[in-house]
Formats: sequence, structure tokens, C-alpha cells
Amino acid sequence: MKQIAFLIICAIGVLLLVAAGDFPDWGDPHSPASVYLSPHFIEKTMEETSVPNMVTAVLADYRGYDTMFETIVIFCAGITVLTVLRRTHRKKEKIARPRPSRKDADIILQAASRILVPVMQIFALYVVAHGHHSPGGGFQGGVILGASFILMAISYDLKMVLKRLKEKTVLRLSGIGVLIYVGIGAVCLLLGGNFLAYASWSTLLGITELEAHSHGMLGVEVGVAITVMAIMFSLYVDLASGGDLDEGL
Amino acid sequence: MSWDTSLLWQFDVLILAMVILCAVAALTIRDLVSCAVVGGAYSFLMCLMWTEMLAVDVAFTEAAVGAGVSTVLLVGTALHIKRRSRD
Repeated sequence: MKQIAFLIICAIGVLLLVAAGDFPDWGDPHSPASVYLSPHFIEKTMEETSVPNMVTAVLADYRGYDTMFETIVIFCAGITVLTVLRRTHRKKEKIARPRPSRKDADIILQAASRILVPVMQIFALYVVAHGHHSPGGGFQGGVILGASFILMAISYDLKMVLKRLKEKTVLRLSGIGVLIYVGIGAVCLLLGGNFLAYASWSTLLGITELEAHSHGMLGVEVGVAITVMAIMFSLYVDLASGGDLDEGL
Repeated sequence: MSWDTSLLWQFDVLILAMVILCAVAALTIRDLVSCAVVGGAYSFLMCLMWTEMLAVDVAFTEAAVGAGVSTVLLVGTALHIKRRSRD
């Protein structure tokens, strides 16, 4: 049986490698992917949105609706893991698995994370705030921000972090992030524009339409970052403690 | 720009070889925690590959999400289930 499976996988692998030969060359300007909309994005992003990083401009402005639902997907993933794993009083008696034992605190790890965590958090805020000028943005910044809390929970104690950042706060933050994103889009509707067409913000903020695009992107990136940060931390807390919230790795 | 004029093609080949090595290792190792760590190494090498292809935003995401957080989540989960895979 195993030999047959191996043969089938080899055949499919060869087939895929042969088919990959038909792909356009890397960076080929005449490939179908780069003749339809890409030239418009590459040439007009700076004129239309005043944002130098066109990847962020496509993600947060031209395709803002997609990104909104990506954020909601992350939100749903976090909520699902929470629903399945979180052990309430009712579920408590069900299972008692052996837990990974935790030895004494490691002083080197704690000292290192004490220095590392503030740097990570500042860097994460920089990544979010500079998302439309340099690589990065809401997702990456939010993940780094969440990782800084996870690092604290690993090197110290899960309880210590949860005392400072309560589970209820984390869940509220994850909802608030999505609401910021949707709210920015909804305000555009109220001002008479299309949903997530940031140009309508210009009358409200008293700036030009170009600047409104840039500021709108920054606003939704902040929303994305808050949701991603909260959900990443919530995922870690639930997965690493098995839903008990008593002890992490 | 075709493949042979990219930045340092020797580097590309080296990364590609290591990516394949990591992928095979992740499939053959029985211990799930080691598997997760090898998966993290794979993600990091893919991140180098994206940088090499000048897709810096993708590389950044891969480094933060793939090599960083998901490795931690996988290790945290693997410690709670049976550590040795049967197949």
C-alpha cells in the first residue's frame, strides 16, 4: 500500500514539475498577471493615494473590502478556538490530562525578555505606523505586538501576564479592532461616499482627498493591528494552557 | 529580470536546498515538537526566499506569522497532545 502511495505521489510530483515549466518567467512583464491591473497600481498609486508602499495601498485601499473580511476571518478563528478550548466551570471535571511540568524560573530568560519586550513593542508600533511608507502594516505589527505578550507569558508566567492584560480586555480589543475598520468604512458612507472610499473623510478632517486616503489607510491598519494582536495572544493563551488559563508552556 | 540575473543565484540555490531538506525532515521526524521547530526553520528559509525575490512585505509577514507566532502555537499545542506521531 505504501509503495503505491509513494508511486502516485512521485507521478504527481513529476506532473507538477513539468507543468511548472509553463509558468511565465519570474518578473516577466508580459505575464497575464502583470498586464491587467498591475500597471495601473504601479503607475498611479502615488498620484491617487500618496502612499509610497503600493503593496499597502492595494491591500488597505484598492482592496480594502477584502482586507476587512480577512480581519474578520482572524477574529472568527480566535473566537472559534476560544469556544472549543476554553474550559469553563461546567466543563472542568471532564478531563484531567497530565500537564507539562514547569521547573524554576530561568533568570537569563527573564532578564533577556525584560530587555526584549519593550523593544519589540516599540518596533511593532513603528511597523503599524509606517505600514504605508515601508514594508509592514497592521498584520505584521499586530503579530509582533502579540508575540511580545506571548514572550512575556513564556519567560515569566501566564498568570502574571493575564493579571496585567485580562482575558476580557483581550476579547474586547479584538472586537474593537474590527469595529474601527468597519467604522472607518461606515463613516465614508455617512459622508456620501462609497464604503471604505477614504476620500470622503477629507471634508470631516479638513485635508485634501489624497491625504485622506493615506490617513484612512493608517486608521484601518490600526484596527487590523489591534484585532490581530488580541487574537494572537488569545490563541496562545488557550492553546498553550489547554483552555485552563492556569499555566502556559 | 530572469532567474539567472536575480540577486546572487548561488544563494537562491542554497536556500532552496535547505527548504527541501527542512520539508523532508518535518515529514520524517516523529516527535511533534521537533516537527514544529523544523517547520519554523522552513518558514524562516521561505522568508529569505521571498526577500530574495524582492517581495519584502510577504517576507515580513512570513517571518512574523510563519516563523514566529505559528511555531509557538504549534509547540504549545504539541505539548498537550501525544508527542509521538504514529505514521
